[in-house]
Amino acid sequence: MTTTTLAVLVPLLPFLGAAAGLLLGRTAPGFVRPLAVLPPLASLVLAALVAVHQGGGPVLDAHTELTPTGSVPVELALHIDGFAALVAVLVAFVATCVQIYSTGYLRDDPRYPSYAALVSLFTSAMLLVVYSGDLIVLLVGWEVMGICSYFLVGHYWETPEARAASLKAFLVTKLGDVPFLIGLFALATDAGSFRVTRVLGTVASGGLHHPTLVALLLLAGVAGKSAQFPLHTWLPDAMAGPTPVSALIHAATMVAAGVYFVARLLPVFEASRAAMLVLAVMAAVTMTGSGLAALAQDDIKRVLAYSTVGQLGYMTGALAVGDRGAAVFHLLAHGAFKALLFLAAGVVIHAAGTNSLAAMSRMRGLRERVPDAYWTMTVALLALAAVPPFSGFFSKESVLGAAEHAAHGDTAHVPGAAGRLVLVAGLVTAVLTAAYATRLWLLAFRGRGAEVPDHGRQPLTMTVVLWVLAVPSLAFGGLAYRALPGWFDGNSLTPTPLTSILGTGLAVVGVLLTYGVWQRTTRRLVSPPLGAVAAHPEADAALVEAEAIATHTPAYGDIAYAPDPADPGRALLGPLHRHAAVGFHLDAVYAALFVRPVRAGASLVRFLDREVVDTYVGAAGALPRLLGAAVRRAQTGNVQTYVSALLAGTVVLAVAVVLVATGA
Amino acid sequence: MHLVYPAVLSALLFSTGLYGVLARRNAILVLMSVELMLNAVNLNLVAFDVWLARAARDTLHSGQALTLFTIAVAAAEIGIGLAIVLAVYRNRGTSDIDKLRDTAEGPDGAEPGAVAAQKTEATA
Amino acid sequence: MTPAPAPSLAAAPHGFLSPTGVEIAFLLVGLVTFGAALITVTTRQLVHAALWLVVALGGLAVEYLLLTAEFIAWVQVLIYVGSVVVLLLFGLMLTRAPIGRSPDADSGNRWAALAVAVAAAVALVWVVADAFRTTWIDLTGPAAGSTRVTGASLFRYWVLPFEALSVLLLAALVGAIVLSRKAKAGTGTEADGTEADGTPPAVPSARKDGAR
Repeated sequence: MTTTTLAVLVPLLPFLGAAAGLLLGRTAPGFVRPLAVLPPLASLVLAALVAVHQGGGPVLDAHTELTPTGSVPVELALHIDGFAALVAVLVAFVATCVQIYSTGYLRDDPRYPSYAALVSLFTSAMLLVVYSGDLIVLLVGWEVMGICSYFLVGHYWETPEARAASLKAFLVTKLGDVPFLIGLFALATDAGSFRVTRVLGTVASGGLHHPTLVALLLLAGVAGKSAQFPLHTWLPDAMAGPTPVSALIHAATMVAAGVYFVARLLPVFEASRAAMLVLAVMAAVTMTGSGLAALAQDDIKRVLAYSTVGQLGYMTGALAVGDRGAAVFHLLAHGAFKALLFLAAGVVIHAAGTNSLAAMSRMRGLRERVPDAYWTMTVALLALAAVPPFSGFFSKESVLGAAEHAAHGDTAHVPGAAGRLVLVAGLVTAVLTAAYATRLWLLAFRGRGAEVPDHGRQPLTMTVVLWVLAVPSLAFGGLAYRALPGWFDGNSLTPTPLTSILGTGLAVVGVLLTYGVWQRTTRRLVSPPLGAVAAHPEADAALVEAEAIATHTPAYGDIAYAPDPADPGRALLGPLHRHAAVGFHLDAVYAALFVRPVRAGASLVRFLDREVVDTYVGAAGALPRLLGAAVRRAQTGNVQTYVSALLAGTVVLAVAVVLVATGA
Repeated sequence: MHLVYPAVLSALLFSTGLYGVLARRNAILVLMSVELMLNAVNLNLVAFDVWLARAARDTLHSGQALTLFTIAVAAAEIGIGLAIVLAVYRNRGTSDIDKLRDTAEGPDGAEPGAVAAQKTEATA
Repeated sequence: MTPAPAPSLAAAPHGFLSPTGVEIAFLLVGLVTFGAALITVTTRQLVHAALWLVVALGGLAVEYLLLTAEFIAWVQVLIYVGSVVVLLLFGLMLTRAPIGRSPDADSGNRWAALAVAVAAAVALVWVVADAFRTTWIDLTGPAAGSTRVTGASLFRYWVLPFEALSVLLLAALVGAIVLSRKAKAGTGTEADGTEADGTPPAVPSARKDGAR
């Protein structure tokens, strides 16, 4: 098989798996699990083969035109460079892990067949985005991901949180997708083609007429999909979905799509200095804001969600300083450890029967119950905090290195201000990241209080996957930073001494600070658990999680916040804590800016419809009704009246005929 | 003789009968008025028949034949009509046609109820 | 609307101001007939209405005679004055019509009826007068409606309608009998129907013969 055939099969296999899963889900339940796991696994193998074939060499570019589509042709095109090959491997890898994990996690879920099929479809769409060499085909995958995320986030649609979250995810990403679509059209109009190669060629020859406008329109879509400020609000709420879905969305698909898209079309963005500056500001605000918010979250998954937002901020920061190699490097490393974090968190939630960190901090012995999750999560948190020699260290240092490079003004197309902004924000975020990672670890695994009830061993499928993911979290960065430049643009990804020392030092500061505060606050621990835990701790993990999410708001009064005096985040943030817990009131701002005007408009429209339009409609009905009443009055039942009218009419007609006939 | 004389007389008689049909309350008087109208038509037929027969335009005497038929039909009509009036009178206790309003479209159920009451009254 | 008068008829103009004797007679009898008809439809005494109807119908018979349709005139007297009016009188009796003045002989529809009737009269008279003001009927020569002439045309050209008419009269007879039977207490209308179907056979032949 040629590399092209292999590459075509990579997105096709999960798609076929999804279709078969949906068709056979009810009739042949025995096939559902193999159909869920095997296609992503095969895709992983094929993607790895494609990566080996491609090997960082020349870009593999194949295309076929299915049908003429007018002035701007749409072609089924593959565009596989080093980025695409490696990202596809990551996507297939994480998707396979998630599918295997899900067989255990949603062991008894009646909707597992459709769930697995949607995960496969999600994977397929992401792989399509990754490999596609045509922007319209890419858009197809992009939108399919949107709808899949809607369905998967709303998997527990019995709970109002999940319903609201799925709608929010869909609407917010769509809010970005509309300008994205317009941007794509503008881009294709200038380039005369949707092909990535042609677009890049046009950009290189300076054929883009409105680079800033196009770049900003595209950025809106990227911000929606990759959860960048100000369109990031859907991501924390999307935690209402099952944990494996969160892992999939956060690590490999969906959020990665935006970063990957910018990386692929970076020259388009570089054509506009304003766009790069906007990108840098977006990245900086996202990074620091999400780091602060993560410190205040009570739901373990929401902490991870905000950390995802922050890490994505690093990636967009790397893009803003013009180093897509660093961005994709961080994307790959982050994909591995974030998937691990989420999957391990799923195990922890199952074992603890709660998703609240405040409740976990009042439980003793959680790490003995789930040793696999404990050790792998420690690894992943160290990677997240960018402690050497874990993979996150190398990828984050490459980002900071690129930012430092740009801050000196050494990078073409990139304003020095962008570099400085990203560098400062990245360093601040390094402290915050280390702090919330430490807080998460301490609260979850260093709890004091009642013994955690024993629910038996976790399913093997769930724990094995954790260890599989722990390997790249531990070693990928260190092994890859030398080899990757050959696959990418050739920029060095080796950590520079200055940023390494600064970053690591700040991370250590963050860890120590949090630990010190925790030492102090933990004495204030009130012994009884604050919140309720799941009602059916013996059920499968998915049910436990759904119940835990559903009980959080009744127990604490908020889905994200817990009034826990022993929380080190509260002491660290001080007066900021209350605001950080609710995401700095961004949702309230949105409500004031969009929801309330729309509601007011809706009530105005309703008023106009009821009182104004309906008046005309009612009047239009009243006139015939009046006429009908009049006609009914004529139906007296008196035959003589009828005959009188009849004969009168006859006379009139006869006279008329006579007059007409005589020409009078 | 001018044709206008019988023709105008016929028209006037017809209109008189018309008035009777529309204005009379008693069904038998209405039947009488109908007879008047029929006779007006007969006069017309006879007059035109005589005129056309003299002018040799019509050799069949269709006017007179039709007059005879009309008279026969009128006889049948008066027989059937009177039988109907009698049946109505037996059932309703009246032969006033402006009281036979079963087909009236009442805005409320009052009218049919009144008719039903009349009915029971008549049969009692 | 106006049929072109035949040359022979139009040859001798006849003015309305110099009426012939027949015309004067026709006019006078016509006035009586019309007056009787008016009284018939306006009187408050029901029985009087029937009697005035006799006058009107008799007047019409005289008009037929004046128009030389003597057979029809006698048929008119026989059938209308002799039988129809008698039938109507019987009807009045059977429905217990009040004898003497009844205040509500006219319905509330009176004014509408008057309007329609006047409009119809005006329209008809206008049209007829406009159409036939010069048409002249030549009444000299043999009678146009003698029994011989009428009988000859009736049984030469109109036999089939005549026979059809006899069937109609038979049906009317049967219908009148069925309708005017009193439903016996306790027996349904179906029993009446079968009885009515069963009884007539003897009657039609006799009636038919009588009609011939």
